[in-house]
Amino acid sequence: MVTAQSELAIEAQGVARRFGARWVLRGVSIELGPGEIVGLLGANGSGKTTLLRIFGTLLKPTAGTARIYGHDVARETDAVRSELGFLAHTPGLYDDLTARENLRFGAMMLGLPAGNNLDAALERVGLGHVINERVRGFSAGMQRRLAMARLLLRHARVLLLDEPYSNLDTAGIKLMNEIIAEAGAAGGAALVVLHELAPAAGVLDRTITIVNGRVAESKPAPIPRVRLVPGERAAATAGATR
Amino acid sequence: MTTDDLTVQVPRSGGWAAFGVLSIAALIATQVFSFVTSPPDVNMGQLEKIMYVHVPAAWVMFICFAVVLVYSLRFLWKGREEDDLLAAAAAEVGAIFNGLTLILGMIWGKPAWGVWWVWEARLTSTLVLFLVFVGYLALRAFVEDPQRRGQWSAAVGILGALNVPIVWMSVTWWRTLHQMPSTMQDMAKIYWVGMFANFVTMTLVVVYFIRRRYEAAAIVRAAEHAAQAAALGGDE
Amino acid sequence: MAFRDDVRRIRAIAWKDLTTERRSKAGFNSVAALAITILVLFGFALGPDAQALRDAAAGALWLSALFAGVLAFNRSYQVELDGGALDQLLQYPGPRWVIYVGKLIANSLFVGLMLVIVVAVGIALFQVRIPKAWPSLIGVFALGAVGLVVLGTFYAAMASRSRAREVLLPLLLFPMLVPVLLAAISATKALLVGDIMHESGAWIKLLGAYDLIFLVATLWAFEYVIEV
Repeated sequence: MVTAQSELAIEAQGVARRFGARWVLRGVSIELGPGEIVGLLGANGSGKTTLLRIFGTLLKPTAGTARIYGHDVARETDAVRSELGFLAHTPGLYDDLTARENLRFGAMMLGLPAGNNLDAALERVGLGHVINERVRGFSAGMQRRLAMARLLLRHARVLLLDEPYSNLDTAGIKLMNEIIAEAGAAGGAALVVLHELAPAAGVLDRTITIVNGRVAESKPAPIPRVRLVPGERAAATAGATR
Repeated sequence: MTTDDLTVQVPRSGGWAAFGVLSIAALIATQVFSFVTSPPDVNMGQLEKIMYVHVPAAWVMFICFAVVLVYSLRFLWKGREEDDLLAAAAAEVGAIFNGLTLILGMIWGKPAWGVWWVWEARLTSTLVLFLVFVGYLALRAFVEDPQRRGQWSAAVGILGALNVPIVWMSVTWWRTLHQMPSTMQDMAKIYWVGMFANFVTMTLVVVYFIRRRYEAAAIVRAAEHAAQAAALGGDE
Repeated sequence: MAFRDDVRRIRAIAWKDLTTERRSKAGFNSVAALAITILVLFGFALGPDAQALRDAAAGALWLSALFAGVLAFNRSYQVELDGGALDQLLQYPGPRWVIYVGKLIANSLFVGLMLVIVVAVGIALFQVRIPKAWPSLIGVFALGAVGLVVLGTFYAAMASRSRAREVLLPLLLFPMLVPVLLAAISATKALLVGDIMHESGAWIKLLGAYDLIFLVATLWAFEYVIEV
């Protein structure tokens, strides 16, 4: 029993969360194994972002337990954080720093060794031409791409993405799906909060729908996931499925 | 964690009502007894006996700070909402007795000094501590989320309590170094017995007040929890 | 190994705070300008008699620094709140106190620089005669600034994220700073008139003890305050 639990990448058992007098999550139990990519659907206010934030150690559950690779999010926050890559809805960038400086800050905070190739990450997300520009002048889409670059700094085993496709153009959506697919192929798990399925076509294994703070249904994704050979970049295949 | 862990335990009143009656009766008794059996002061006459309320009120204020400290630490350690509510109750009662100390000090002071206020060490320190209490209560008023309110109050309460001896010491130093004459008379020994007796009974009354305040707060929180549990639909 | 990472994190946060402050259009300049404005107002309130001004100089200097400093402390968290950067900051592994220490360093430099300006202007406006013991005076300013920054940075972590932050920060901070202000103002006053009573030593020790006690206490309490 214990061994089985520690194999789960993401796990929630009866997670409930209240804000003041309002219950936002009312007992959610989900399981994701390594390599699983799951979409979290639900109306505004259904609790999806709250659930993600609990997994991301930004909130503690009022009741129930949540675990990332067996580590309790409330008690072993450091162990959990070292496994996570979190893409929040707001980009979490510093307007007065340049793209490279923002990324360097992230790298230092992550404890990555000096000399990490930041510029390569920036090139990959299509920001190679604005490396030394301050984020203040960036569009929402560019900020989103910079946040994606930050995700690329290290290979997190668990990706938590909150509406990652908002503000992205077609190329950006393709890039996002590449990143997710690569993470999945490398054995990581991803939980993606969505309000519509279309951009994530071919990326998800299944979807979980949250209604009023409870899991309403969990079913396979309408468009089955396109599996990558481990190590293969998704560029060609993602284009083909669209 | 079960849902039981979520709810605040509704405190049982039980013997507290009797305790309340007894402690208030005892306080009245010690007040009357000490007033009647002690002689009027050489300088201040009967007004000096305001000390029987003023001084115990000050000592009780320190006890309230200590309660805030202890229960704030417990809350950070164990995370039980009851501890936060009790610390808050102690802060409220402490603020009231702090205010009482100040007002009685000023009432004593007007005939004694001729003015409503002097920047004397003890009175000034008491005023600063009153502001520390007020800050704590203001913080609680401005924060809605119970978890955040509890943790922030606990941190503020602990630091505030830590500062009590430092404030006292530095204000006293400030007045001493400038060689201000001590304007609060030291108590003649004859009053000490009465003072101590009133301190004991006032402490009992304050314990009762804190308990009642805590009960009220706990009942409100438990009712909120119960309403939400009902709204959840009962399961999980 | 882990400690080296923490030192890097502290450096990163301090650098980030200082750089964003330097590049933001108005930051330091407006706070310094405010401090000077307050000094001028004190001058109007307490002067123009030269002796009266000299007597009041210590108090006016410290209070101007305090009122302007309050703005700086809330600002140091504003940069995190604007783009949702605080959530991201809390996501990184590592102990929470590195965030606190990084901000302490940045705020110390900010407040320190502001104090230099305030003192320079104050010496002129309040007709202060620079005493022989001016190195001790620098020590007093340094220790007092530390006390200010430690508590200001700590309480701003809460106040900046609550309603009525403009009033909550002073309300929480000022009573707690009474010992620091008493010590700093008294020591400054004493040193400015040549410290005839040799009392500045006692105040400086109090300042040092206060700084140490509250540095330790806030370091311990910070994670409870920033995480929630």
